[in-house]
Amino acid sequence: MNTIDLSWWQLGIAAGLVLALAACTWLAQLRVGRPLLIAAARTAIQLALIGFVLEALFAVGSLLWVALMGFAMLLLAGREVVARQQYRLRGGWSFGIGTLSMFVSGFTITVLTLVVIISPQPWYLPQYAIPLLGMLLGNTMTGVALGLERLTEGARKGRGEIENRLMLGETWQQASAQLRRDAMRAGLMPTINAMAAAGIVSLPGMMTGQILAGSSPALAVKYQILIMFTIAAGTGFGTFVAVALCARRLFDARERLRLDRLSP
Amino acid sequence: MSNLKLCDVAVGDLESIQLDITAGEILCLSGPSGSGKSRLLRAIADLELHDGQVQLGNTEQSALPGHRWRSAVMLVPAESAWWHETVGEHFKGRPEQLLEQVGLPPEAFEWQVSRLSSGEKQRLALARALSRKPSALLLDEPTANLDKDNTQLVEHWLCDTIREQKIPTLWVAHHEDQIQRVADRHFHIENSGVKEQAVTS
Repeated sequence: MNTIDLSWWQLGIAAGLVLALAACTWLAQLRVGRPLLIAAARTAIQLALIGFVLEALFAVGSLLWVALMGFAMLLLAGREVVARQQYRLRGGWSFGIGTLSMFVSGFTITVLTLVVIISPQPWYLPQYAIPLLGMLLGNTMTGVALGLERLTEGARKGRGEIENRLMLGETWQQASAQLRRDAMRAGLMPTINAMAAAGIVSLPGMMTGQILAGSSPALAVKYQILIMFTIAAGTGFGTFVAVALCARRLFDARERLRLDRLSP
Repeated sequence: MSNLKLCDVAVGDLESIQLDITAGEILCLSGPSGSGKSRLLRAIADLELHDGQVQLGNTEQSALPGHRWRSAVMLVPAESAWWHETVGEHFKGRPEQLLEQVGLPPEAFEWQVSRLSSGEKQRLALARALSRKPSALLLDEPTANLDKDNTQLVEHWLCDTIREQKIPTLWVAHHEDQIQRVADRHFHIENSGVKEQAVTS
């Protein structure tokens, strides 16, 4: 079964819908017209570019280039985690912690899934490796960003409580336990909600794409379940690592709360 | 029973603070607002970066992990924080006697934290700190939110406890009359240092 080809003018019709929406937001004075159009343009340009990159990567297919692509994606995800923080750790710590935690979870789980579960030949076959890594990193990034955001904001707002706990002789782990729990929960909730609602409220994007591209729904469903589980694991472990490291960094060797390490 | 000794402590605008508070002594500290009284207490509790040495008996501040130091040298802040639903969850065990001494009934353990008045919070915070048996006390305006009767009650209780348990105490106070009632010695913050003042007792 072949996919029906899409030509550029057909995409133009969809673009017309976005333009119509932009016109309406302008009329309603919502002040989101510009960001909407810029975001739409970015979608088109970024996806077109990644299309070229993937075409080239699939043609070459060597481990070196797949790995380079993977690391580039990882660093971009790390940058995005930082960009989503209102308060970040000074001195590049937020980027370091975000990137490291995504490397530990997203990267490892992708490699594990490729080698042990899907096992394409060779295991780094870019048609499998890149989309899988992309989905994992994208979701892990969200979890890590939410977890860190809740942690740093909670530390700022809950300073009185944390320091009063320290004054009573609690260790930094005890004083920050509730905060770390909240942060980890915040990072995990979107994934849990997505798994709970999968197939009922929404058809997941990847499964939809696979079905549109001609896969049998049964196979698409299996892949989707696999992706959901790996995303849950990746997001969960990534958030754990990120929240643990960031919480440690919020306290110094004397177990003082060091909010001065956060920059506004 | 040991003394609390500050040697060349510097934090914020304060420089080279020297104080030696003997066991069971109440040393009152006063000064205009913003002069760094609370920050000095935070530095002694090692919650704030600072220079100089603090010693409890023969133990250096840096020789103990932060939490061990703070459970020995306990700071009671002017504004206390409460994080559980009820009062009792903030205490280890049920030290009913302590509640009685600050003028609260044993049922106060069941009270909702959200319904406490500022005066009740302040008395409970003192009881909570004392229930952990600190070796030294840092009190930041411990009666600021109390009415006249409760101020008197808490003052008596604190003085008795501090002398009985031989706790060296640094007490930040605003009112001259309170200082005259409780202080063994009194220091006032002047020009980034502390200067001893006369006390009648």
